[in-house]
Amino acid sequence: MDVLIYLIPIALFLGGLGLVAFLWSLKSGQYDDLEGAKWRILDDDDLPD
Amino acid sequence: MTVHQRDWQAFVTPGKDGAVHMDLAVDGITCAACMGEIERGLKRLPGIRTARVNLTSQRLAVDWVEDQTGADEIVSELARLGYTAHPFDPASQKERQDKTGKQLLRCLAVAGFAGMNIMLLSVSVWSGNATDITPETRDFFHWLSALIALPTVAYAGRPFVKSAFNALAAGRLNMDVPIVIGVFLAVALSVVQTLQHQHHAYFESAVMLLFFLLVGRYLDHNMRGRTRSFAENIAALKAEVAARINPDGTVREVPLSKVNSGDLVLVSGGERVPIDGVVETGQSEIDQSLVTGESVLVPVKPGQRVYAGTLNGAGALQVRVEAASGATLLDEVNRLLEAASQAKSKYVRIADRAARLYAPLVHGAAALTFLGWLLAGLSWQPALVISISVLIITCPCALGLAVPAVQVVASGQLFRSGILLNSGDAIERLSDIDTILFDKTGTLTLAEPDLCGTLDPDDHVIALAGRLALASRHPLSAALVKATGALVPLPNVEEVSGAGLETIVDGDLLRLGSPLYCGARQEDVAQALQATPGASLLAIRFGNRPVHLLAFRQRLRPDAPQVIRLLLEEGYKIEILSGDTEPAVADCAKTLEVADWRAGMKPAQKIARLEELQRQGRKVLMVGDGLNDAPALAGAHVSLSPVSAVHLSQAAADAVFLGEKLMPVADALRLSRKARAAIEQNLWISALYNVIAVPIAVAGFVTPLMAAVAMSASSLAVTANALKLRWGEVNRSQSSGSEDNSNRGLRG
Repeated sequence: MDVLIYLIPIALFLGGLGLVAFLWSLKSGQYDDLEGAKWRILDDDDLPD
Repeated sequence: MTVHQRDWQAFVTPGKDGAVHMDLAVDGITCAACMGEIERGLKRLPGIRTARVNLTSQRLAVDWVEDQTGADEIVSELARLGYTAHPFDPASQKERQDKTGKQLLRCLAVAGFAGMNIMLLSVSVWSGNATDITPETRDFFHWLSALIALPTVAYAGRPFVKSAFNALAAGRLNMDVPIVIGVFLAVALSVVQTLQHQHHAYFESAVMLLFFLLVGRYLDHNMRGRTRSFAENIAALKAEVAARINPDGTVREVPLSKVNSGDLVLVSGGERVPIDGVVETGQSEIDQSLVTGESVLVPVKPGQRVYAGTLNGAGALQVRVEAASGATLLDEVNRLLEAASQAKSKYVRIADRAARLYAPLVHGAAALTFLGWLLAGLSWQPALVISISVLIITCPCALGLAVPAVQVVASGQLFRSGILLNSGDAIERLSDIDTILFDKTGTLTLAEPDLCGTLDPDDHVIALAGRLALASRHPLSAALVKATGALVPLPNVEEVSGAGLETIVDGDLLRLGSPLYCGARQEDVAQALQATPGASLLAIRFGNRPVHLLAFRQRLRPDAPQVIRLLLEEGYKIEILSGDTEPAVADCAKTLEVADWRAGMKPAQKIARLEELQRQGRKVLMVGDGLNDAPALAGAHVSLSPVSAVHLSQAAADAVFLGEKLMPVADALRLSRKARAAIEQNLWISALYNVIAVPIAVAGFVTPLMAAVAMSASSLAVTANALKLRWGEVNRSQSSGSEDNSNRGLRG
């Protein structure tokens, strides 16, 4: 079972990456407007008008 | 609408790289298309860096380079696109970024991450304990758990530690005190167990407990934030600004926070007076119904005092802002307000009452367990382990969620019925109510005056008068325009300040204004006033034809009789306390079939009546809007205020209701009773859980696995019970949805 000594820290590290990603998304304001975001994907801003 | 310019410097805040930032409340954003339109429209202006609409809070944030575009161009571009926008006063908007919410969410994320990983390790240990885990592996897992749990508790536990410390420093006990003790003891015990190579450690219990409690805390915070941001939008859209006259004679619109005493402020016709002060120049009539409750217009001249929140009639006034200095109405109101709100702060929330009962009980039980086992011959360390496990198993996870979960669901429903809560415990207090005091003007009636009786649609003179009224911003003129539906203004209108309007139609003089100005006969005036008590009269004179008298009065809210009957049927005692004259109040009380009413009440009399009722042991709900109601609103067990109310009253009330209807008052009472029942059920569920769990813990049979399962199960049960409140309400709101127009904009 010695392999656990490597595997568990690796698993924790990967989980930690997820946590950091979440904290980053929170910091960059991605949860400020939960209503608007779902509509923005329908808004074809990149088409020439 | 406004003729003078705003002082934009007062609204913008400096941003990055020489850009400036402004937040605006935008009315009428209902869908995604509006969002795209606004953002694209603004980006066409030169110098705009970013323009971003927040659909959740209906706000717009703009960053731009100031020398290329002015803030007024942004607002006028929005107006061109069809949206009314108003910038927030940076001083009133303290928390733009919602720091507390973000901190809670960060703590929640950390606790969630740690909880999952520790649980992964713990499940392995539990199954290993049942089979053949080696002591080395178990220790390794426990050490890893400690490595994750210790920083997590230090980080995610901060909101609780802070609150518990504040409570203790103030000499009180709240729910966070047992939570903090429980969590820290659990972690400390687990570290000791790990050092001694024991089979059990309680790291996952401590972290999961924090996670569940943070969920409750975050829900609670979000509920308040949502209603608060909505209320801020309403305040901004009501344009709480003043037109300040600078020493050089220029007029600039500034936020109220930038107006100082001694400043001169211009109040145009038809506007609300933004501040308290003394009139310097100008003559007009003022609708003081928000302040005194009287519905009749009062003439004002230089030297007279005017109050914030009153509605100016036709004339423009220059008002010198005055710092309240003794003996003014506002001073008296403020003094009463202070005394009244102290009385209210004595109320103890259900959760805190439960904590008062609960904390000594649990800590006593743990201490008794320790002593009991010691006397039974166990050595001190196992005895301590068992008594700490009592603390851990009883740690009020479900209790912590019991109240916030219900509050979140209930406040969501109140929000849908058009009620915004100012304070979280208003729901609990609303459910105690047995007596309701209503103010009349602006509460039972609408704030704006309306024509009494009906008009003959074919009457040529009245149609002309309606068109003449288009030239004035006087509230009675506006009401006449509404009643006649006039669209085309008459040419060459002359306004006689404080008296009325006149023009020439087909060679005949047409006058609209006070009965005196139009030469109405005294007996006609007296007769008209007798027919409609408390009304304001508007007279019309066309050539030599007899003078027409039209009576205007604040109309009852459309559903007021129905709502009052409903409340009476439900057994509430109802009283009307009004500052208006006796005939007007009597008439209103008769229509509503309310037996108890008092007229001509001053602020101090209102609060005296309130205290009299409260001494009789009644729990009183005060519903009012005026400055004269503010002390009573603050002193009542719980209070409601319509959204048209003056700022001070809204701040003093526990909740604000929107729209033209009175139904939200009945809805608030009904929903809060249901919510109260759910809160009590939840507390019983938590108590039941403890009744089962504590004996097992005292006997020393609790394992970490049991603690984890019991904690999750009780939390889920409590949350599910809170969600149960939604059943029935969904169907109800669908069936009544078609008639419910007044709140539609809210649902958007």
